[in-house]
Amino acid sequence: MLPRTFQSAEADAFRDTVRRFFEEEVAPQHVGWEERGFVDRAIWKRAGELGLLCLTIPEEYGGAGADRRYCAILMEELARARVSGMSFLSYTEVFATYVLRFGTEAQRRQWLPRIACGEIVCCVAMTEPGTGSDLQAITTRARRDGDDYVIDGAKTFISYGSAGDLYVVALKTRNETSGKDEISLMLVEGDRPGFTKGQPLAKIGLRSQDLCELRFDQVRVPCANLLGTEGRGMAMLMQELAWERIMIAIPAVASAERALADTVAYTRERKAFGQAVSDFQHNRFALAEMKSEIAIGQAFVDRCVEAYMDGSLSTEAAAAAKLWCTELLCRTVDRCLQLHGGYGYMEETPIARAWRDARVSRIYAGTNEIMREIVARSL
Amino acid sequence: MMLPRTLFNSEHEEFRRTIRRFFLEEVIPHQERWEEQGYVPRELWKRAGELGFLCMGVPEEYGGLGADRLFAVVLMEEKAHTRATSTNFEVHSDIVGGYIQHFGTEAQKQQWLPKMATGEVVGALAMTEPSGGSDLQAIKTTAVKDGDDYLINGSKIFISNGWHGDIFVVAVQTETGIEGKRQISLLLVEGDRHGFTKGKPLKKIGLKGQDTCELFFENVRVPQSNLLGGVEGKGFKQLMQELAFERLTVAIQCVQAARSSLELTLDYTRSRKVFGKPVMDYQNSRFKLAEMKSEIAIAQVFVDRCIEQALQHQLTPEASATAKYWVSELYCRVVDECVQLHGGYGYMLEYPIARAYCDARASRIYLGANEIMKDIVARTL
Repeated sequence: MLPRTFQSAEADAFRDTVRRFFEEEVAPQHVGWEERGFVDRAIWKRAGELGLLCLTIPEEYGGAGADRRYCAILMEELARARVSGMSFLSYTEVFATYVLRFGTEAQRRQWLPRIACGEIVCCVAMTEPGTGSDLQAITTRARRDGDDYVIDGAKTFISYGSAGDLYVVALKTRNETSGKDEISLMLVEGDRPGFTKGQPLAKIGLRSQDLCELRFDQVRVPCANLLGTEGRGMAMLMQELAWERIMIAIPAVASAERALADTVAYTRERKAFGQAVSDFQHNRFALAEMKSEIAIGQAFVDRCVEAYMDGSLSTEAAAAAKLWCTELLCRTVDRCLQLHGGYGYMEETPIARAWRDARVSRIYAGTNEIMREIVARSL
Repeated sequence: MMLPRTLFNSEHEEFRRTIRRFFLEEVIPHQERWEEQGYVPRELWKRAGELGFLCMGVPEEYGGLGADRLFAVVLMEEKAHTRATSTNFEVHSDIVGGYIQHFGTEAQKQQWLPKMATGEVVGALAMTEPSGGSDLQAIKTTAVKDGDDYLINGSKIFISNGWHGDIFVVAVQTETGIEGKRQISLLLVEGDRHGFTKGKPLKKIGLKGQDTCELFFENVRVPQSNLLGGVEGKGFKQLMQELAFERLTVAIQCVQAARSSLELTLDYTRSRKVFGKPVMDYQNSRFKLAEMKSEIAIAQVFVDRCIEQALQHQLTPEASATAKYWVSELYCRVVDECVQLHGGYGYMLEYPIARAYCDARASRIYLGANEIMKDIVARTL
């Protein structure tokens, strides 16, 4: 409907590569992963070989040294291929960016090359059983003890948590001068004594992602595991939050587009009362409305990516993108399922999985109510 | 503004300040009276001409400014944002002026454009008929050759600027020479031709200051030199050529009008207290306002992308149809929610939001009903 604004031969080549990878190597295994509840460990290595794990990390640390627009392409293709199990590509990028930005040189050298090649699986651990979007209310705590920190607490809904080798954990530390509790970020290896992982949680969708609970029972890590400055955790987490929200909006639009494409194909094929389902005026208008809204969502996220690149992406624009595009996705998959009739309710129909997978996008990375709150603050 | 806009340069922005002042100082204070009488005074056209606001895109040799299209965009944005909805310079300047400029013969351009630029002559477009709106092929008004003239018979309805109109671009059926087969042509018809009568401005739900009329043609005689461009049968193509941009102008205005409604509502909900605190401090109000702000920003980005495409003559019919239907629906949704947030006062016409509520409704109908827009998008599925 409208030409995309970021186009180059290099970007096209990259898009082709990842599309082929997702379609040929990942998609055939994906149903198996969904049934099992976790993805094959070998896929991290393969993604690492292809250079997809740390796209924006400089080459000296094993990354690809690309800019964020390539992350956008990666997430778009991931969504289009409907391989939600590969979402670790995005989480890894976030994790690696924390290490790059806030880590010491030693931490970067120690971890980034191994993350980039897929040797270790890394996870971000923020949410707790008692707190989601309200990060200030977390209760996991690290207490100084000699040259170590001792960690107690629990985390939940941690993506790829049971496969993880390295976690960045948001926790409270005590500021000795002010006596106040502040948020800090700690790197915690998966094999530390006292650190246990729960069973993967049964979820509505995203069934190939092992989401689990983590428990910290007097887990001892050296002070060198502190990421960045003690007490600056909140500021560190906030720094790239706008981009992280765009990274939800981008695949939301692409997933909606895929759902629509499948539905256009299905409704053309499927006959009812002697004519194609797509020929009924109500359905034509429904399909047209979806096409229009997807084009509108696409133009907005593309503009947000552009704004991010020139440093003008506001918090509220990112929140609006996350809010609107995820609601667009949920609305779209629901209408698409309806247009599939009874088949849409069957597990084997791709739209059924798209419908299940979509729902969480209105919850994670800050619920859409939080997004409304962020926009409201700018009124 | 959530995301910076990238289309306009400093000259456009300077013009924006000028035209905004014009609407705020020379239109808004009188608008209520004009709405009561159903039309704006003739002097307003002269004044707009004097200030160079009419036919800005027409080349200087024909009395215009030769300005780029973004000046016209700025004008309609500010009209919508200031809610100066009794004016309709767009159909005069951009549509009728545009047709004469692009399709007219040299003589037609010389004759009409300079007078349209000064406001001496008001232009109107006569397409819709009592029996046919969006379905242009079904029009019944005919023009039959008679010597050196055409004889026009038929009627038109919902014609903007109809009461003031001095020169009308009229869509008619002309003969093809093949029995029973006709084709659409555009004729220039002067308002004072014998047999041409105008109905009184129609009473409408909103846009009450705009003189929207019915027109009747009874053996109206015009010379064949009044055929736009001098060639018969080109009407449909001429009407189609700029249709994507014309539809986009609805979206351009609706997004500004929605922004204006939101601004009114922010002011109101900040100052109005219920149960001891401002309406705006209730979470429901905050979230509604936040949703509106988000959707307006999203619409603005889409509209701006469409303008960019239009400037390069690459705006697709489906993108334009999407902009027209989605943004006009957004505006109607927004203005309805804004009335709600105003409570009882929102229902009183002395509050601008109530007038905006009435004005908004037509946008989902004119320039192709939104159902037609969806059909256009559906064809590209």
